[in-house]
This record gives sequence, structure tokens and C-alpha cells, in this order.
Amino acid sequence: MTIPVFEPWNDPEAKPLIQFQNVTKRFGDFTAIDDLTIGIYEKEFFALLGPSGCGKTTMMRMLAGFETPTEGKIFLSGQDMAPVPPNKRATNMMFQSYALFPHLSIWENIAFGLKREGMAKPQISDRVNEMLRLTRLEKFASRKPHQISGGQRQRVALARSLAKKPKLLLLDEPLGALDKKLRQDTQFELMDIQEQTGTTFVIVTHDQEEAMTVASRVAVMDNGRIIQVATPDRIYETPNSVYVADFIGEVNIIDGTATPNGENSYSVAWKDGQAPLNVVSPNSLSDGQSCHLAIRPEKVTINAEKPTGVDNVVAGKILDIAYLGNLSTYHVELPSGAVIKAQSANTRRISRRAFTWEDTVWLSWTATAGVLLAE
Amino acid sequence: MMRRFTLIAVPYLWLLALFLVPFVIVFKISLSDVALARPPYTPHFDWATGIWAFLSELDFENFVFLTQDDLYWKAYLSSLKIAVISTLLTLLVGYPMAYAMARAPSEWRATLMMLVILPFWTSFLIRVYAWMGILSNEGFLNQFLLWTGVISEPLTILNTNTAVYIGIVYTYLPFMILPIYAALERLDESLIEAAEDLGCSRLSAFWLVTIPLSKTGIIAGCFLVFIPVLGEFVIPSLLGGSDTLMIGKVLWEEFFSNRDWPVASAVAVVLLLLLIIPIVLFQRNQQKQQEAEQ
Repeated sequence: MTIPVFEPWNDPEAKPLIQFQNVTKRFGDFTAIDDLTIGIYEKEFFALLGPSGCGKTTMMRMLAGFETPTEGKIFLSGQDMAPVPPNKRATNMMFQSYALFPHLSIWENIAFGLKREGMAKPQISDRVNEMLRLTRLEKFASRKPHQISGGQRQRVALARSLAKKPKLLLLDEPLGALDKKLRQDTQFELMDIQEQTGTTFVIVTHDQEEAMTVASRVAVMDNGRIIQVATPDRIYETPNSVYVADFIGEVNIIDGTATPNGENSYSVAWKDGQAPLNVVSPNSLSDGQSCHLAIRPEKVTINAEKPTGVDNVVAGKILDIAYLGNLSTYHVELPSGAVIKAQSANTRRISRRAFTWEDTVWLSWTATAGVLLAE
Repeated sequence: MMRRFTLIAVPYLWLLALFLVPFVIVFKISLSDVALARPPYTPHFDWATGIWAFLSELDFENFVFLTQDDLYWKAYLSSLKIAVISTLLTLLVGYPMAYAMARAPSEWRATLMMLVILPFWTSFLIRVYAWMGILSNEGFLNQFLLWTGVISEPLTILNTNTAVYIGIVYTYLPFMILPIYAALERLDESLIEAAEDLGCSRLSAFWLVTIPLSKTGIIAGCFLVFIPVLGEFVIPSLLGGSDTLMIGKVLWEEFFSNRDWPVASAVAVVLLLLLIIPIVLFQRNQQKQQEAEQ
């Protein structure tokens, strides 16, 4: 049995549910969104990831109808959304502050949107109860928002925004107010609910782990532009720029000059006067072009003895050890003063750790471990 | 323990000295009889005859008198009517102003607040006299309307109930605006957006979210206007006409024109008893609001 792969973005036939077409949004002199074109497909869980002020919230507010683009057009199922006010859009939003109505009970909060549609009472009741079941809030239906916990409030906000069966659900930092443990549980809950309901979700977050966990595709944003859109694994493994590599997870960036020495293969001279590094990269670079080699710490192996038969090896001294419980990150200082991070799983008890501070160690990695990025 | 007792004792002593003692004195006078003397009532407490002889001379005659002469209950009712109508008018004028203030850019709010409070810096009496200058037959308002050609005959506004309403709304507007503004300023803008997102038009979001969430401010503002207006004296006597009947005016006339201190005191005691109901309701509203905030 084969599970069909969900990749509408690779299907030239697929029509996106949402289409941003050269959208620009300016607030006075400030450009929040800069000439942005992107398609989001039906049933996608799409994450907008970036630091605060990168324009991700503005993008979401334009989808909800609270902001209008200065230039360009936004289409939802092929319809131009510019003249449609927020209350007439088939989108619903889950607010960062949850924005639950404090004067209404949980039940009335969830029923609020349905009542505005003029739905009949028994149907409203059915739908609200269904939502309460989905979010496991049955017991709290008659309480007021201030009488329940933060995690429950978050679920009420989700239930309320899903009640109207929107074509598109917008989530603005939905888990920001929860503590880490609850946030992780809720991420999986969100994914389950998204799968069950088949709604298209667009989530705004500054938390890269959250984006990687929940999303089918991630858009990394900076200064009103989308830098890269790809699946979480591609964003992590093959970032298209130093910015993306640096924003997602930990990374070592080594500056150097590339010289081709085979097909897709380069020798990278770096400033330390050490042996050049061997790198295999699909990005083509010209002879003598300056470049950055991005390597994830977990792809760097730390050895007590100089390993043989490896593509790249450098010697250094352990400067610092960050003990994370399951992992340790070693900061290794090279003779030149540059510091390279290597990460390894703590498969042994800490008392039996092979390395300690000031030890001389050898770091090694394969030619395919890193990504070579042009300037 | 001692510290706590002192802390609680201060407000109670304050109340005792400035409210309860004067009230007991007024209540005592209301049970006395009018006399051509100074002060104009009997009996007076005398150590020689003792407390029982003094108490036996007190009676509720003046309160009975209030029910016999229809002037008094008509004045109470008329005051009540004027207070209710002017409270509603103040609400109608004040709510949009408070709303506009709360929605104004934050750098403007302090200035707007200042403008609302500014009239308090001038004497209340002077401001009421100024309104006489505006509203009289030869006043600024009539001159302006005649000049623009809207009217050909001057309007008679001064010394009518209309002038009283104008004066009351003008004077008590800040008391309405401030609590409503406080409630609206706390209102989270995203609640309105959430309502619109869930299918509300601007207007229905206002009715379903903004109004209910500013309810405590509306109630507080209404009581802050209603309670003092019920006993108002200066505005009806300066702006009102001879047919403007308000209990504050009656009270003043009993005290100073008729020099009938016992009846005047009885009027005051009844007025206070009437005011206790809205005061208790007001307190309950404030308490509920505090509980909701916790």
C-alpha cells in the first residue's frame, strides 16, 4: 500500500487556494510587505516564519481583511479579495490574544459566529457541541473565559474559529502564551485537528521549532520578503541563503573561496591556511567565487584520535560544553581562533564522557554534510 | 492587630464625623417643631429636664405634613423625572465623546482628557451664569440664529426646563465621560476584529461587543450623574423657570424663605432615603466590576 504524497506545490495542474500576486503593503514610509508573490494550496498547513517586524502578521491580516494591499492582488479560490470586508470572507482567524468575548460563556463564544450566519438553533447547538468535543471542552461550556486556564482558552479560540467551517483558518502565534510542554502537546493537537477537518491552515510564528513541527511548508520571511518557501526538511537541509540557515536551528558558517575540482565538487580555501575543505554542492559556483559553507553541528563528528579516510578533518581545543541532557554541544576553538560547534548524543552517562574542557580533539565531516552558499 | 484596627478606624471615624453626626442633627431637627426663636425650632436639649423629657417632645408630624401637601411629592416626582431624562441625555452626548476619546491616537488622549476636565477649573456658578448669557432672549445663541436667518423671532429657552436640561448635561458631562472612557480604553481592539471576523458588521460588533463590555462604565456614569442631579439646586434656580419644580429648590425655599427648618429637614431626610437606593446599586456595580477585573 502506498500513501499518496501530499505535494500540491509540485503539481503544475494544482490551483492554489490563496494567491498573492505582487502584493506590497506600506504603512507611511515603512514597507511591511515588499512585492510578494506566493500560492498556498488547499489542505496545506502553511507556516509564515520570521523575526518580529518581518511582515508575517501583516500578511495574515491582509488575508483576514483587516488590512488592504497597497499594490497587487490577493485571490481566494480565484476571487479577488480586495473589495470583500472581513465579515464576508470565508476565512476565520485565531488571535494571538485569543480575543475571547469576556462577557460570554465558552458555549456562547463558540456559537457567536454561527448566530451571525443566521443558522437555526438546533444546528447551532449541534455544531457547538461538535466543536466542544473536538477540543475536549465539554465540561467547560458554561464557564466564562476568565474561569478557565490558558491552554483551555487557546482551545476555545480554536473551536470558535473553526465553528464556521472556514475555507482558510489563520492562526496568529496561537501557542505563544503557553508554556513549553503544553505548547508541544498542543502542536500535535493542532495537526490532528487540521487533518480531521481538512481545513487549510496558515500559521504565523517566530518559533522555528513550532513551524517545523506543524507545517507542510514553511515560508521564511525577512523585511517584508519571503526568503525561502519549502518543506521543513528542505528548509533545514538545503537552506538557500545564510539568513535561512542561520535562522533555522544552529549552524556553523565558514567563509571561504570555492574552486571547482570535479562535477558539483569544490575545494574551499578558508582563511586559516589549513587544508582546503572538500564540499559537494548542487549550487554551481565559479572559480574563485567567495562563498559560505553552512554545516549543522550534529553533522560534525568529534573524535579523540585523528580519524582517517574522511573528507574533512580539523584539529582544535574544546572551549565550552553546552550540556542539554540528551545532547551536548562542544564549542571547539581552532588554532586560528575560529570556533566550530559539534553536537553529539549523550549515549553514555556524563561521568563517562570522553571529552572535557581544554582537550585537543579532531572534528570531521563528510563532503555532503554542508551546504555551499554563494555570497 | 492594633495597626489594622487604626487603618479601618480612620475611614469610619471620617464617616462618623462628616456624615453620621450631621445626619443625626438634621434628623433631630426634622422631628422638632418650628418656633420663632434662634435657632428656629424647639425643643432644645436641656440638662435640667433630662433626656427623656427632650425625646418625648419629638414627633413625626413634619413627615406626615410632607404627605398632606402635594407640593412635596410632586417636587420629588418632578426631580426624579428631570434626573432620569437628563441622565439619559448626558449618556447620549457623553458616550460618543468617550468613544471618540478612547479611539483617538494615544498621544492625543491626555489632551482630550484635559479638555473634558478643564471646565472644573472655573467656578461652577460663573459657568451657569455664562449659560444665562448664552440662552437668554438677547443672548448669543438667539443672536446667532437670527443672524443666520434660521429663526425670525428669538427663542425662549432661559427659564424653561430646556435650559435646565442644557445646564445639567453641560455640568455633569465629565462624570459620564470619564467612567465610560475608562471602560472603553481597556477594551481590547482585537475583540472588535474577532467579532467582525466571525461575521459581524461594524454596527453589530458595536452592539454585541463594545456596548456590553462598557456596561459597567455606562452604569457608573449614569449613577454619578443621576445621584447629584436628583438634589440639584443651583441649575434649576438659575436657569429654570417658576414652573421648574425640583426638590432641591423646595428644600432651599423651606430653609431660607420660610425659615421652617423642621419641614426642610424632613424634606432632606426623605431625599437622602430616596438616594440610598441608587447609591447602593452604584456600589454594587463598582464591586462587581472590581471582581471581574481580578
